[in-house]
Amino acid sequence: MDAFTTPLLAGTATGALLLIAALGLALTFGQMGVINMAHGEFLMAGAYTTYLTQQVVTNTDLSIIVALPAAFLVAGALGLLLEVAIIQWMYRRPLDTLLVTVGVSLLLQQLAKDVFGAQGDPVHTPGWLDGNIDVFGYHWPYRQMFTILLAVGALAALGALLKQTSYGRRIRATVQNRDLAETVGVSTRVVDRVTFFVGSGLAGVGGVAVSLISGTNPNLGTTYIISAFLVVVAGGLGQLQGTVIAAFAVGIVTAFLTDWFNSSMAQVLTFALVVIFLQIRPQGLFTVRTRGLA
Amino acid sequence: MNDDYLEIRGLTVDFDGFKAIDGVDLTLLEGQLHFLIGPNGAGKTTLVDAVTGLVPATGLARYRHQDLLRTKSHRIVRAGIGRTFQTATVFEGLSVLQNLDIAGGVHRTAWKMALARRGTPSYVEEALETVGLSGLRDKPAGVLAHGQKQWLEIGMLLVQDARVMLLDEPVAGMSAEEREETGELLGRIGRERTIVVIEHDMDFVRSYADVVTVMHAGKVLAEGSVAEIQANARVQEVYLGRQHKTSGAEMSSGAESSQEAGHA
Amino acid sequence: MKNLLQTGQRWGRTWGPLLGIVVVAIALLVVAPAVLSPFRLNNLGKYVCWAIAGVGIGLAWGRGGMLVMGQGVFFGLGGYAMAMHLKLEAAMATGGPDAVPDFMVLYGDGTMPGWWEPFRSGTFTLFAVLVLPAIAATILGFAIFKRRVKGAYFAILTQALAVAFATLLVATIKQTGGFNGLNQFTQFFGYNLYDPVNKKMIYSIAAVLLVVCLVVVWQLYRSRFGELLVATRDAEERVRFLGHDPANIKLVAFVVAAVMASIGGAMFAPITGIVSPSDVDATASIFLIAGVALGGRSLLLGPALGALAVGFGRTFLSESFPDQWTYFLGLLFIVVILFFPSGLGSAWSQLSARLRPKETVR
Repeated sequence: MDAFTTPLLAGTATGALLLIAALGLALTFGQMGVINMAHGEFLMAGAYTTYLTQQVVTNTDLSIIVALPAAFLVAGALGLLLEVAIIQWMYRRPLDTLLVTVGVSLLLQQLAKDVFGAQGDPVHTPGWLDGNIDVFGYHWPYRQMFTILLAVGALAALGALLKQTSYGRRIRATVQNRDLAETVGVSTRVVDRVTFFVGSGLAGVGGVAVSLISGTNPNLGTTYIISAFLVVVAGGLGQLQGTVIAAFAVGIVTAFLTDWFNSSMAQVLTFALVVIFLQIRPQGLFTVRTRGLA
Repeated sequence: MNDDYLEIRGLTVDFDGFKAIDGVDLTLLEGQLHFLIGPNGAGKTTLVDAVTGLVPATGLARYRHQDLLRTKSHRIVRAGIGRTFQTATVFEGLSVLQNLDIAGGVHRTAWKMALARRGTPSYVEEALETVGLSGLRDKPAGVLAHGQKQWLEIGMLLVQDARVMLLDEPVAGMSAEEREETGELLGRIGRERTIVVIEHDMDFVRSYADVVTVMHAGKVLAEGSVAEIQANARVQEVYLGRQHKTSGAEMSSGAESSQEAGHA
Repeated sequence: MKNLLQTGQRWGRTWGPLLGIVVVAIALLVVAPAVLSPFRLNNLGKYVCWAIAGVGIGLAWGRGGMLVMGQGVFFGLGGYAMAMHLKLEAAMATGGPDAVPDFMVLYGDGTMPGWWEPFRSGTFTLFAVLVLPAIAATILGFAIFKRRVKGAYFAILTQALAVAFATLLVATIKQTGGFNGLNQFTQFFGYNLYDPVNKKMIYSIAAVLLVVCLVVVWQLYRSRFGELLVATRDAEERVRFLGHDPANIKLVAFVVAAVMASIGGAMFAPITGIVSPSDVDATASIFLIAGVALGGRSLLLGPALGALAVGFGRTFLSESFPDQWTYFLGLLFIVVILFFPSGLGSAWSQLSARLRPKETVR
């Protein structure tokens, strides 16, 4: 059973992590067509926030609780800053936002290196997460379960925001038809900023979970960004279910492949699988229903 | 009898349970100016989309023994069926001449494609002449007036050597003189081609149509000459049922683009 | 008189760019070897390799609209193919015809994988440099373009490919030298790599290849294919209704770009003396794009000159401020893409176009 449960459970935890990272990406990509390559660095910002919180709140049991909202706010604020300073000028050039945010990502990585050092810093696991539970012979760490709970929580919170609040309605209206939303009095500018703040903030929350597993590291963002993007690509845009399924699928498949081969082979094969998957369900498969050819 | 006609039998387009086209039968013969009219949402554009491979459809659409419903868009074009779109789409950065020339690419070999253009091929010159854009040959297509872009698109179909031309509202937004010129152009080039025009402007239809097909709710409501259509009770009902102001003879205001097209 | 002027303009449009290529050729092949020290010339050679890849990126991205964020992969295919040959040459020079590269003895059991064997032949290696990337790009491009995957999705997939490629290289230390890459070459097709004369010759080969690539894209840009490629970039669906499959048009540009990247990589190996995963990974791929963006993605000379400039800047800044280079690269992306999206080469025409009233025909 071990050969099955170990990758399954560990992969679910990885998938949960990818989900938190991909939710924010899917949100900003789906709504604004913005491809934020600095999203991984927001994840990193969340991890460093956790580290800094532990320097201030030395009680590790407590600090992680403080770190969660703090990381959300720090990463969210970074995202807002990015939107206001750069992205808002580029909505007509979505492909170019990709390159601009690559630049931002390089800046933030180097900044983290200069401020915190090229070596990573350890993040202490709180006592109540330090342990594991025996599942069919696999010692499943509480930390991984925590990641999954966090992902479920983030998903639920985001779902509630989109479905229950008036902002959610405005966000959905903007996603579906930006011009129409504008004409019925939705300020799409404000909606875009809220979306960017929330999406980036989610990355910060993901960073807390990452820091518990691998500590902090200036290159932490690059480790996750591509996988998170593959999740968004495979999941498709427009609805969160696709992202959820794709995140867990990529996480679990990668875990099994890692178990069978090794981690680098798993990465290569996961890429190949996503390309093959796109052959069956390509996002680009669109039916032109407009009367012109846009 | 030759095989150069477009045959449509039982064509159905299903958008998740909604039948945009519901069992349409049409035979489009060469040498006739065929008009397709009908109220908003009747399925006219969808019909053209289905025949040109843009939306999946069931039934039969055949041209020269070729099953169009199982052919990819670019292969349908190569089979000799060309179309235009409601909003004129020309390559704005290229000149008028380049736009026409690029349309002739289908018939060129890979080697020819790798070479630069030298001079103007005769068929491009001819098309330029036919659509009356000779004076603007070196202007970027982006600066053309709306009507000129439509003519350029028709010119591109000529260079493509399209035997069947499916034109989606070619005169919408044109001035009265431009409409007249377009009508005469279609009459000239239509003699040896199959031309289908989606149109709402009844004046235009009356002036140039050989055959009119009226569509309503995805089905063919009536087919015949302009006079026959105008006398058809069911056609009158469809149009009159929607808008009381209009008489059967003035069907145009029941149509979707009456605002832009109306020049009464 | 007007006619003469028009003829002159047309002549200038056709041959003007070629004149630019001639200027670049003279600067690289005559001026540079005369004035630069061997060390600096060798550095320039390195930038030339990036420029060769940049020319291909200009074709795919500038003209074709395909943001290729994984050109490092193709750069790496050429680079590793050449490096494998050089490694075998070095081994065979000292250990006879059956010798294996030193690192395989160091990290492995001293046996060489079978797929290394053909790279003992120089001819095969040159063949592989051209054909390997073409095959890889055809397979990948076919899969992606035929299913109409484009825009950001395409960019992300290519970058993911670069990540996967570099990861694979790092993980296979016994076959590819892993993190260290392949280095310590001694000769290049029989020519001693420690001899300055030979180094100069290798530089010249790279410079000639750059000029050749420029001439190739010059011809492509003025050809009907070039017009069609731009048309596909601007209105892909419209091109379909001209009777072309846009996938095929994009595929050609993508494959040519891949082969050019591979050629650049192949010359990179003897010039720098090393090819490692960090030369071909996602960051390296992004670096390749930086020069193209700076110079002007859709211009003829822009990508090459931009790549040379960014290469020079990298050396200069790394020498002066070793840790700050990344900041400059990051800022470069932000400033160029935000303010000069068509590159510095177009900055002037962009400005003058804004000053001129817009032309319309009535």
